[in-house]
Amino acid sequence: MTSPLQQKIKITGPSVVTANRTSDGIVIYRTAQQGWSANLSDAAIVRTSDEARALLNEANADDVGAIGAYIAPVEIKDGGEIKPGNLREHIRSKGLTIDLLPA
Amino acid sequence: MPLVKNAKITTDLFVHVADGAELPGDGDILVPAQRFLGDPEALLKRTGKVGVIWPNNRAVDDLVPHLTRLAAVALVFPSFRDGRAYSQARLLRERHGYGGELRATGQVLRDQFVFMSRAGFDTFEVKKDADADAFAETMKRYSVFYQPTGDGRVTALHRRTQLRHSESAGQ
Amino acid sequence: MYAYDELDRTLINERVSEFRDQVKRRLSGELTEDEFKMLRLQNGVYLQLHAYMFRVAIPYGTLSSKQLRRLAHVGRRYDRGYGHFTTRQNIQFNWIKLSDLPDALADLADVGIHAMQTSGNNMRNVTSDQWAGVAPGEVEDPRIWSEILRQHTTLHPEFSFLPRKFKIAITASEHDRAAIKVHDIGLRLHKNADGETGFEVLVGGGLGRTPFIAKAIKPFVHGRDILSYVEAILRVYNQYGRRDNIYKARIKILVHELGIEKFSREVDEEWKQMDGGGLTLDHSVVEEVRSRFSYPAYEKLPHMPDELKQAAADPQFERWRKNSVAPHKVQGYSIVTLSLKPVGGPPGDATADQMDAVADLADKYSFGEIRVGHEQNLALPHVAKRDLPKLWKALDRLGLATPNVNLVTDIIACPGLDYCSLANARSIPIAQELTRRFANHGTAEMIGRLHINISGCINACGHHHVGHIGILGVEKNGEEVYQITIGGRADENAQIGALIGPAVPYAEVADVIEDIVEAYLALRDRPEELFVDTVKRLGVEPFKERVYATR
Repeated sequence: MTSPLQQKIKITGPSVVTANRTSDGIVIYRTAQQGWSANLSDAAIVRTSDEARALLNEANADDVGAIGAYIAPVEIKDGGEIKPGNLREHIRSKGLTIDLLPA
Repeated sequence: MPLVKNAKITTDLFVHVADGAELPGDGDILVPAQRFLGDPEALLKRTGKVGVIWPNNRAVDDLVPHLTRLAAVALVFPSFRDGRAYSQARLLRERHGYGGELRATGQVLRDQFVFMSRAGFDTFEVKKDADADAFAETMKRYSVFYQPTGDGRVTALHRRTQLRHSESAGQ
Repeated sequence: MYAYDELDRTLINERVSEFRDQVKRRLSGELTEDEFKMLRLQNGVYLQLHAYMFRVAIPYGTLSSKQLRRLAHVGRRYDRGYGHFTTRQNIQFNWIKLSDLPDALADLADVGIHAMQTSGNNMRNVTSDQWAGVAPGEVEDPRIWSEILRQHTTLHPEFSFLPRKFKIAITASEHDRAAIKVHDIGLRLHKNADGETGFEVLVGGGLGRTPFIAKAIKPFVHGRDILSYVEAILRVYNQYGRRDNIYKARIKILVHELGIEKFSREVDEEWKQMDGGGLTLDHSVVEEVRSRFSYPAYEKLPHMPDELKQAAADPQFERWRKNSVAPHKVQGYSIVTLSLKPVGGPPGDATADQMDAVADLADKYSFGEIRVGHEQNLALPHVAKRDLPKLWKALDRLGLATPNVNLVTDIIACPGLDYCSLANARSIPIAQELTRRFANHGTAEMIGRLHINISGCINACGHHHVGHIGILGVEKNGEEVYQITIGGRADENAQIGALIGPAVPYAEVADVIEDIVEAYLALRDRPEELFVDTVKRLGVEPFKERVYATR
């Protein structure tokens, strides 16, 4: 298995680094202040593959705090709002797409 | 890397000798299977004990004829996820009656000690110091065992049978 | 019910302590995630999209009311008030904190429930017929043997690091409700000519990326030899199963690559050399385990009590009774299936309140016992027929009397992309939409028995290959699309379904399924011919023509 540190990283648009928090598993995003936040709006945005790799390496170095960091695409809206870039990330960020109780 | 033998951290008297590396003049050596099988007689004639490092993807059958003359067999865990050496260990101990040192090498971690011991390992090249320090304590984690192996621990089934006998004797 | 003795209790408590120590070392950074991952998986803890998911074993699908209440408690105390019953007699909690897990496990251990080996590359929960011990015509109660195997496979010192996961299922009925032909080892209990109990052994079944129906390896292994024979299979697999490619690591691939004859010779050779290996089960050992299963003190009751005759006037009750009530081996009693497939609900989910209420109903009407089946429904296994009308009313109030058991809306579905980190597409909303489309019970009854299975990725947790209609979600250019197969089945005539045509987008799946069902209604030669039999008789083509002609 290739270590994430050596993986080829190529991004095609604005991206963030996301993971799950070790203690409770919740979705977190890497911030520009070398920390984590549960809000996508706090995430550091990377736009080049080099930036993405650097942010991911920094995230992976925190093995105690976070699990399974990876790069995820986002969309930046006109007002600067950050939106998840695909359905999986939408679900991770916003929650289930289903009603839990019968309609 | 600390060595745990018979439940104690001890000095490793064996020197690992790689394929192609020069043999020390005397002293105890652990040699790879290939090298050992290439010329077992020459190795066994030296002063010092000989052990073999047996890979986990080769049947132990080829090792069996030499077992009585070996001081140690080292089985390999290239990753803690790869469990082939557990079968090899049980075969050596339970089927082929090997009574010498059976050593676990590779990724040997605390949370596998009980399994390894039950499969017949008595010596451990432990990867982390803290795990070696915790060996005795870790071995006390379990007092109930469901499966019979060659380690002599009494199984739950056996204890139940004994219990039933003592109950019926008391009636 | 199986009653734990002091030894069983000690062992699971020791396992809880061990896991508590492992979690502590993980949270302090002493264990890396790489090291810890396998340890948590060995105790049923996955990391999913939103949180950790915790899978708890319900061996052979039998629960006491006390145990079910404790599951409700875990759902309420440590999770979000509900749980999800899976296709392998487990329950999953979706939102649990790693730091809470040792306490949750300790609470479960109090009532004899554990999560050992509900994931990871080891021997998983041994499953069985959810009607074991109560179904008419059973050879004998397969749970005795399931329990013997459960104990033997728990924390096995040789087989806890197999090439891949390993699943065993046991049935003792002619009609296979345990899907043994899609398991790594399937065991069918039967008697030989001398009337001795033993097993037909099947090996190498499985779904996932490369589905295989299990092959017969031995027509009869005597009961006393079953542990040594299973151990011989496992030893061959542990040594020769592939470890270079996760998708080729299951025993089905080894059996396929060697061929069943060669594989069988390897196993026989090993078995011969083991010569019992201390594993031969003498009669008293089997009887000891058997003695710890208790059976209710059934009353002598009439086949057709007055209460039932009177209730028959209510068409709603009758519809439910015909659909959800099955014959029991004891006169005057029934097995009642509780549908966890309400219209518009996620298949297999139950709230903590529902679990508590079912536990109460089990105490009142089913000698305190509940069963869990691979179809993701529950059952009360010992209901006196005179109590059926009262039970029905109570279940109806709880939303657990949807009369759709084995019908088109009794859908088996994995959690899919709403929860699962492996999924490529959603499963639950597809199931929910289908239950709305077929919400009319009259229509569903007219269609008859029809199993729809949905998986959100190729790993096939929704068993789509063996659904009469199978739906597999995949991702294509960032969109969810679904491949549809027909003609699969998971019973004694197990069969892998055949692809009906090109994959369809999310929004069109329900339309296509409706078209397939309409095609069936037009093609079946009489109302009694089941969907799966029409597909068998005609093949995929006539369905394909009708469904895809206008697409």
